[in-house]
Amino acid sequence: MCGIVGLQLRGDHGPGLLGGLISSMLIEVRERGPDSAGVALYGDPALTPAGQAAVSVLAGEVPARGLAARLGEIPGIRVTAAADVRVITAGVAQEQLTAAVRAALPGAPLLGTGPGLAVLKGVGDPLGLIRSFRLAGRGGYQAVGHTRMATESAVTVAHSHPFSVRPGLCLVHNGSFANHDTIRRELRAAGIGFTTDNDSEVAAAFVGACLADGDDLDKALRRLCQSFDGFYTLLVTTPTEFAVVRDAIAAKPALIAEGGDWVAMASEYRALSVLPGIGAARVFEPAPEEVHVWSR
Amino acid sequence: MVTLTGDARTEQPGGPAVLDTARLGVRAVNERLRALLPGSAVTVASPAGRHNLAVGLDADVSVLIDGPAGYYAGGLSRNASITINGPAGWGAGENLMSGSVRVRGDASQSAAASAHGGLVVVDGHASLRAGISLKGATLAVAGDAGPFCGFMAQAGTILIGGDAGDALGDSLYEAVIYVAGTIRGLGADAQVEDLAETDVAAVRALVKRTGFDHIDPEKVTRVASARRLYHFDTQNHDAY
Repeated sequence: MCGIVGLQLRGDHGPGLLGGLISSMLIEVRERGPDSAGVALYGDPALTPAGQAAVSVLAGEVPARGLAARLGEIPGIRVTAAADVRVITAGVAQEQLTAAVRAALPGAPLLGTGPGLAVLKGVGDPLGLIRSFRLAGRGGYQAVGHTRMATESAVTVAHSHPFSVRPGLCLVHNGSFANHDTIRRELRAAGIGFTTDNDSEVAAAFVGACLADGDDLDKALRRLCQSFDGFYTLLVTTPTEFAVVRDAIAAKPALIAEGGDWVAMASEYRALSVLPGIGAARVFEPAPEEVHVWSR
Repeated sequence: MVTLTGDARTEQPGGPAVLDTARLGVRAVNERLRALLPGSAVTVASPAGRHNLAVGLDADVSVLIDGPAGYYAGGLSRNASITINGPAGWGAGENLMSGSVRVRGDASQSAAASAHGGLVVVDGHASLRAGISLKGATLAVAGDAGPFCGFMAQAGTILIGGDAGDALGDSLYEAVIYVAGTIRGLGADAQVEDLAETDVAAVRALVKRTGFDHIDPEKVTRVASARRLYHFDTQNHDAY
């Protein structure tokens, strides 16, 4: 069991609306995943200023101030600490910032990269993590959250969700894959590296590879259905898209709610019940292997 | 631990009573529901998709869950009449023994799973595996039913007012399924059979009971087990 929540806001909304809503949603799926929790935030003006490159890195032992100094002469560089994650932004090319972080913190897991994206994750009670991420006060236009009950690999920050292996792309998973090691070997042979032995990371890498091949997100997820054996409800996001897919027998729960100017997805209705206007929203269960994509 | 006080037995027959889930929590709401005197009618307010509401009731009481319910709403109960004024999560009316559970909305997966007796009614659509392992209860769905409806259902009746999804009645035992709309696909060992007078009468009675008057009892399709799957065959003895 794991818990998934996600929300894409469209149109005008208050600056702190997203963080408050995704926090409330995540609390409702806390019991589904007491081991770890994580969120991806898109477009938080404070964490990731518009138009700037952004890297989220796991470096709890490095103070934010010391890290900025260690990264050297990068104009406009900023480091924000959220629990053990450091979100680094600067007005330079994304590749330049990513390379600088890799050089300054060799071996530190990169949790997410790409303009506008911040990935915060940690181990322990989701409620405590929501507080230490100061999630309720965060903003942006799109968020993905996950609470993890580990079944197949270790409980560490790097093993928790979301998995982000390509700039701007995030994936969260409820379920388990049976053939992930086979697909991991194929992806490794194609030159793709992995941070953990987690099965969900393979799905993230597979989708990333499909997008690199030129597929759109819909096609990438349909290819995933053909290649992956196992149980899955997946929520996959890019800076402009919000997508949901489930396995052939829909073994894991998923509910989608479409409001007037938002779309949300959650493992359980109680997480949707916190959304304003849920009473008037269209709520439905995605059918097996049906790919749903919303763009903004 | 919630202590059950004498106060919990003050809900008298006919007297209005509201139990607020947001204020009391699920455990206290269920303890107070179980303490109701026969004939009582109670509204459970602010369910907000919480799980396990009105489970294990044992008396002839009427419970209105006034909003969306989470998993297993009304499950394990007998004698009670439970209505959910909204959609219900997985396992609505799971293992129902008698009485009724009515969902005034859509039901998520595994509605009426393993239900032994009583009636589970879904006014909207039912998701996958509705009536899975049904053991004698009746499940009536006004709208469509998702894939694997009636999977391994052993006894009882399923009525689908709309269309049935893939693998209908897969590995059926002795439960019978009636479908008013189309059937996307039959599961292993499920077959369409001729509609007898007794079938029409049974569907007519169920239509009357549920108010599903969009269903024409003479035009439903009967699906039952071909009984090839669950009998051992002596000529295959060596393979066993």
